[in-house]
Amino acid sequence: MSPVHEASRVEALLAERPDHSRDQLIPMLQEIQVREGYLSQAAMTELAVALDTPVASVYGVATFYNQFRFAPLGTHVIELCRGTACHVKQSLALQQHLQRRLKLRPDGNSADKRFTVLKVACLGACSIAPVIKLDGEFYGHLTIEKLDSLLDALDRDCYAAEEAGVA
Amino acid sequence: MNITINGKEIAFEHGDTVLQVAKRAGIRIPHLCSLDWAPSPSASCRLCVVEVEGSPRLQTSCTLQAAEGMKVQTHTPRVMKARRNIVELLVANHPQDCLACDRQGACELAELTREVGVRPRQYAGMKKDQHLDISSPAIYRDPNKCVLCGRCVTMCHQIQGVGAIDFTDRGFRTQVAPGFSAGLNVSGCTYCGQCVRVCPTGALMERSHVSAVVAALSDPNTVVVAQVAPAVPATLDQERTKHEGVPVMLEHLAAALKRVGFTAVFDTGFTADLTIMEEANELVERVKTGGVLPMFTSCSPAWIQYVELHRPDLIPHLSTCKSPQQMAGALIHEIYPKFAGFVAGDGTRGTKRLVVVSLMPCTAKKFEAEDVGDVEYVLTTRELGALWERFGIDFDSFTDRAPLDPPFAEATGAARLFGGTGGVMEAAVRTAATLLGGAAPAGPLPEARGLDGFKCFNVDVNGITLNLGVINGLGRLPSTLPAALSGMHFVEVMSCPGGCSGGGGQPYNSDMTDVKKRIKRIYEADKKAEVKYSHENKSVAELYEEFLGRPLGEVSHHLLHRSYTDKSALTALHGAEADTGAVCAAAEAAA
Repeated sequence: MSPVHEASRVEALLAERPDHSRDQLIPMLQEIQVREGYLSQAAMTELAVALDTPVASVYGVATFYNQFRFAPLGTHVIELCRGTACHVKQSLALQQHLQRRLKLRPDGNSADKRFTVLKVACLGACSIAPVIKLDGEFYGHLTIEKLDSLLDALDRDCYAAEEAGVA
Repeated sequence: MNITINGKEIAFEHGDTVLQVAKRAGIRIPHLCSLDWAPSPSASCRLCVVEVEGSPRLQTSCTLQAAEGMKVQTHTPRVMKARRNIVELLVANHPQDCLACDRQGACELAELTREVGVRPRQYAGMKKDQHLDISSPAIYRDPNKCVLCGRCVTMCHQIQGVGAIDFTDRGFRTQVAPGFSAGLNVSGCTYCGQCVRVCPTGALMERSHVSAVVAALSDPNTVVVAQVAPAVPATLDQERTKHEGVPVMLEHLAAALKRVGFTAVFDTGFTADLTIMEEANELVERVKTGGVLPMFTSCSPAWIQYVELHRPDLIPHLSTCKSPQQMAGALIHEIYPKFAGFVAGDGTRGTKRLVVVSLMPCTAKKFEAEDVGDVEYVLTTRELGALWERFGIDFDSFTDRAPLDPPFAEATGAARLFGGTGGVMEAAVRTAATLLGGAAPAGPLPEARGLDGFKCFNVDVNGITLNLGVINGLGRLPSTLPAALSGMHFVEVMSCPGGCSGGGGQPYNSDMTDVKKRIKRIYEADKKAEVKYSHENKSVAELYEEFLGRPLGEVSHHLLHRSYTDKSALTALHGAEADTGAVCAAAEAAA
């Protein structure tokens, strides 16, 4: 996605919301993240200009909150529950396994950018701990084997789609 | 109205904080985050806490308004314990590598640990491991040494209105950084250095040239010469125990610099006069031929950087004159080798290398020297202290004097004025009035003086009315530029509040009261100067006769003028809310 393209989407948002006062900063950042999946530098810069706020301050606010992301989401989003119940049920092992298998980077994206792993405090499904949410679906009572079979299935789909594309 | 601090009744005025009242009464309450003269304290460091009778909790004296009958204790065991605990925690994740720190000897944090009694180490926490920022030629940032007091952020946002840095991230990883944690060189920073001047630790420092200068001085094949900016002797005179005035201080400086190995010492005031000759002629030409007006001064490199980064549309308004530092650098390199006779017989310079070192009250001059060329190294007023230490010179009691060196020794009273806000304007009016065929103003120009954020006034010369403006501090630009751009002829802009006397390279812990004292010395020097008009500087006249030809002539154009670049692609910053006026008003009230 080119910066120009991202910026023009911010422009659309700014046109929709005429209130460009400084207190709109966080709501605007949230809306950009809803639309783009993350906050790009281009988007934050354009927002800074529109709200007449230094870029350093926009970046400062955005980095203060855990809710904001600075890299695009992968094709598949895994929300890994690290709440107390899941922790007791070995969710750390799942996290470490995902880390190794997907070669996760500090921003939570896999090396091939297909996956994004987000650690969340509690998904509210403690009865089926340890639990993940994969692309919006809950998967409970997980083990490393079950997790692998989920990921294997996604990989198979991916190869199939690629082959179909080639053919 | 009275308040009782430590059992002593002290009068106060409405709106005073307890911290301010205590300071006036000679009671020092330690504090980090609040700047004496910044508008709104963040009250985040909690060091200034005091005990207030009738209040169960400790209160921050920087935000606590003094009230009639209030009883305050500043150094009870409870308060002292709280303060000590705060400092212990502040230094817990600090590198504590003081022996390797350039701030050693002048570190507020180190003093604070002594003041509140942090001995021995209480906590052995994890240390920060954040990247150094060495991206800029002027300012060095080491976030590991930062205690997050926020003074630099206050300076950059509230006073200078640039907003290049802010708090980023949170918790243990919090740091003060430019947007996207990029380098200062792409942050929209103007290198004014006000953040450095107020930093209590070694987290923000100028890029030191001291070692490079010492190396040049010890190289037998290098001829090292110095040039001294007008604000430097004024500051040194203010700092010294014995006050002797600017001209004498310049001679002390020249003697000390020669003692450490400089071959010659020149007065940047000489090129300040030359700047006036070129700039006044440029102004008169623009006025007469309908050129781009208003014309802005170009002496302050942080202002130039501000225009090139944030307001490239103003580039045609900038005077094309190089700053006095750069003019001096160019002329020294052009003329001095022949003048001093260290040129080989065939006219080449032989094997000798000429190095020009400027002594400046400014961090941005380091950037300017690298950006424009002509000057090899720049030492700030603070670094000068480090230079003396290297060579074992006790400058405070240094009594030797030496004259400055020809051909750039002579400077007029007008040139002295460059060290304070409004000075360039005042000097320029003296000469421009003469150029327009009017009488040169005899006495001082009170309209140009004082620490107001924006001074505007008219001068009538020979039927022409010149509308003039003086902008004091970058933070004043957003509110004053519209007025400056509507119908003014000539506008002086100085980036730092108070002008060069309040520059980013000036001594730590100095406030507006010190700046006022320095400017007072500058005015005294002007008053006592035999020659008060730049166009009456005999050496400048000779230089035109023998070398430059005429102001704005071809040689001048080549040596003394420059061009500007639109650098807005480097940044998309927008100015923050700022009010330098409040600062200056507070200083006026305090004085």
